[in-house]
Amino acid sequence: MSGLTTKELLERFRVGDRRACAQIISFVENGAPEATLLLDELYPMMGRAYRIGVTGPPGAGKSTLVEKLAMECRRQGKKVGIVAVDPSSPFSGGAVLGDRVRMSSLFTDPEVYIRSMATRGSLGGLAGRTKEVCDILDAFGKDFIIVETVGVGQMELDIAEAADSTVVVLVPESGDAIQTLKAGLMEIGEVYCVNKSDREGADRMVMEIGTMLEMRAKNDGWMPPVVKTVATTGKGVEELFNKILAHRRYLEESNRLSERRRKVIRNEIERIIEERLREVFYHQPGVRKRLEEMVSDVEQRKVSPYQVADMLWKMYFGNEQRRV
Amino acid sequence: MKKKLRILIAKPGLDGHDRGAKVVARALRDAGFEVIYTGLHQTPEMIAEAAIQEDVDAVGLSILSGAHMTLFPEVMRLLKEKGADDILVFGGGIIPKEDMEVLYRMGCGQLFGPGTPTQEIVDYLKEKFPDRV
Amino acid sequence: MANEDIEKIKDEKERWLGCVNKGEPEKFQTVSGVPVDVLYTPADIKDLDYLYDLGFPGEYPFTRGIRHNMYRGRLWTMRQFSGFGTARDTNARYKFLLAHGETGLSVAFDFPTLYGRDSDDPMARGEVGRCGVAVSSLEDMETLFDGIPMGEVSTSMTINGPAAVLWAFYIVAAEKQGVPSEKLRGTIQNDILKEYIAQKSWLFPPEPSLRIITDIMAFGAKHVPKWNTISISGYHIREAGSTAAQELAFTLKDGMTYVEAGIKAGLDVDTFAPRLSFFFNSHLDFFEEIVKFRAARRIWAREMRETFKAKKPESWLLRFHTQTAGCTLTAQQPENNIVRTAFQALAAVLGGTQSLHTNSMDETWALPTEKAVLIALRTQQIIAEETGVINVIDPLGGSYYVEALTRELERQAYEYFEKIDALGGMVKAIEHGFPQREIAEASYRYQKAVDEGRRTVVGVNKYVLEGERLEIPILKIDPNVEKEQWERLARLRQRRDNERVKRALKDLKDACAGKDNVMYPILEAVRAYATLGEICGAMKEIFGTYSEPPMF
Repeated sequence: MSGLTTKELLERFRVGDRRACAQIISFVENGAPEATLLLDELYPMMGRAYRIGVTGPPGAGKSTLVEKLAMECRRQGKKVGIVAVDPSSPFSGGAVLGDRVRMSSLFTDPEVYIRSMATRGSLGGLAGRTKEVCDILDAFGKDFIIVETVGVGQMELDIAEAADSTVVVLVPESGDAIQTLKAGLMEIGEVYCVNKSDREGADRMVMEIGTMLEMRAKNDGWMPPVVKTVATTGKGVEELFNKILAHRRYLEESNRLSERRRKVIRNEIERIIEERLREVFYHQPGVRKRLEEMVSDVEQRKVSPYQVADMLWKMYFGNEQRRV
Repeated sequence: MKKKLRILIAKPGLDGHDRGAKVVARALRDAGFEVIYTGLHQTPEMIAEAAIQEDVDAVGLSILSGAHMTLFPEVMRLLKEKGADDILVFGGGIIPKEDMEVLYRMGCGQLFGPGTPTQEIVDYLKEKFPDRV
Repeated sequence: MANEDIEKIKDEKERWLGCVNKGEPEKFQTVSGVPVDVLYTPADIKDLDYLYDLGFPGEYPFTRGIRHNMYRGRLWTMRQFSGFGTARDTNARYKFLLAHGETGLSVAFDFPTLYGRDSDDPMARGEVGRCGVAVSSLEDMETLFDGIPMGEVSTSMTINGPAAVLWAFYIVAAEKQGVPSEKLRGTIQNDILKEYIAQKSWLFPPEPSLRIITDIMAFGAKHVPKWNTISISGYHIREAGSTAAQELAFTLKDGMTYVEAGIKAGLDVDTFAPRLSFFFNSHLDFFEEIVKFRAARRIWAREMRETFKAKKPESWLLRFHTQTAGCTLTAQQPENNIVRTAFQALAAVLGGTQSLHTNSMDETWALPTEKAVLIALRTQQIIAEETGVINVIDPLGGSYYVEALTRELERQAYEYFEKIDALGGMVKAIEHGFPQREIAEASYRYQKAVDEGRRTVVGVNKYVLEGERLEIPILKIDPNVEKEQWERLARLRQRRDNERVKRALKDLKDACAGKDNVMYPILEAVRAYATLGEICGAMKEIFGTYSEPPMF
């Protein structure tokens, strides 16, 4: 099946062939030349799925929680796509993607599709093509798409942008770290979840989160609820899912869902243009070479990086003044 | 842009000896590959389905329980049934020579015995997939 | 020794070192990577307090051994772990081993049994009778011990997740032979914590597993007083690739966790602690292994007396079974494994083991043939009766090196205890994946060293025979075993009183959901011929299942 044309691949995709879906995801993930065409073709089929981002510190039990959320969706007859993102090794570029270990009960359900992704080059952020992979699963007919990432660095901000609802998962022991968390995780959640809540300190954690959220700068009409769960037994998962649905209703009724998605579309167009500009720019004959040559001059403080940029800019745009 | 080599490492059956599978997973990561690790106690059906959804190039099975003559053929059969027999199935474990011969005739990829240096596995995959990184 | 003498020895050693070519230091480490000096002197053990740190055999802190007269009084039990195919096949092997001088039985179950699944479970396909014997019901256990006097033989069963059920099979099978449970001697491994850490044959999450274990301990203390209700095992931790210090530390910490659980369940520590036994690995590094056993005894005695306030001396002493290290056997030039095993067995004996299994040369390939297992048994008999090492207790005690290294391992173990305590204890540490990660690290490091030739494995990365052919016979498991088991189970399910089975399983579930000891309803279900899979399935309905934290 490896030698299929894009047309054949799309035909199979449309009849629900998981292998075709998997291969289209790979094309997109690898930035293959076929990718743009495939995404164009699938575009009309997208926009129906609801996207849930799940993030939190390592060891919070995210994968198990995602498994249980997916089971809850299935119980309600909904189809689910899961994208589990793990960091690539900065040294080798390889990765061990182990989130599936916690999701094995979903493996043979034909209405659940799981894809593990490595962040690859993207600097500490979400895997470069995560959004597109969600788009493809959306087009594949999934009702819910759950994206799981480790909440560190840039990733949590990216996920908040790519998801319709962002769930932040914490554990009772996160209490001590909450002060340092507030800059990141405490800003982005729309639903908070205290997992492993059968452990000591769960109620205190719930209260602390509540306090933090009241102080949060902008809640624009939505006060994020805090739910207690024990993912290993499934306790509280139904309630968590209901809170996510409540957030969805809020977004839809206040027209914010469309607002958000328009923003995402705008960002995406900008990103595509930026990517192309970058590509075109660096593909100019001589630009890369000249840049390399100038590095040692900068190193020896003969010129500043800005001056080099100006010089390269002129190679492309001529004399137009672009320095800001 | 070269496609990343993606490998599924799986432990089929009930055998819990995952030391080898984990060492190999790490060695493949250190060689720059993306490894999807599915954990213990997988049925052939689960492995074949995961291989497809993850669009891996190869599936590595680690079997030390003596059940290789049941599990390897079953994974290969299921991949074929799902139109994915271009996915390479290779493996490791305690497999007597005459069983290896039978599995090779069925189209199984390389089977690595105890004491194989991990580099040998890395080299094998690189050679099998020269257009991947 | 006086301080000035120590100082003088130190100076003299410095001078002497000047004449020594010590080689590259990284080449001289134990198998676990502990750097060792080229020579040890009294300066290395200057703080050693003989009476406090070593004492006398059979006396606190038991560093030198747990019996007053050790092997002069009684040899270790020669106990070969064995099981394959059907209960009938294995029954014949047991009779063979007993006829050749083995003194205790040790049951190896197949994977489906270890996971509490019947031979006809879909997950069992291809694995029935492969790595051990298939025991799915009381009927299989009766066959396994047919013609073997259960009141006389001592039996060790390597079983963990479903230990309560297999033990119940054993107790009821003995009942049918007319042997009361009070007379039964043996061990069930029943060590669930190391399953999460290393061996991975768990059934339920940690909390209910610990509850079952305390139920077993309470039942044993009352009805099966000569039975070791738990064998806290480092063997599998080591096989998963840990260092000696990790094996020592994680195993002892597991043991302390069971003691805490027992105390928390309201049991008096002195009622169950004497029935706790241990199971260690004997690996390649001769001296490191010997000191591991010595350190284990000392740490356990101190912790039991000082931390857990046990009053009976029997509660302080650490009794252990040893198995030579399966992971050190090579598929290449398998005959060399006889030699490896002999050294490992000798280390176990010099370390004061109470019972011993020696691996057979062919075990990387399959379960051992009769010939191979006989050589393994003979190895123990040669050590016991030809070498003279049993004449003197702890003959290496007092060696500067051995005492210094004993203390070093003890220190490393306490370092791990602190780390585990900081995580909130062993169960929490396991949930965090801490011991798993430490072991995965160590195992990867070791493999790299072998791959890069920094560590020699004879016949594998050095002294390789080109074009080697396997010249030893390999035991084949009859592929019909699986089918035979299916048929036997089908007949059993038809023959038995299924209403009684249903009632028994319902009572069992009620006990699981409540607080009653689960052993009683399990025994009732077993008497009704409920199968292993049915009993474990009922318990899973209440207790749930477990999946591992992914660690690399």
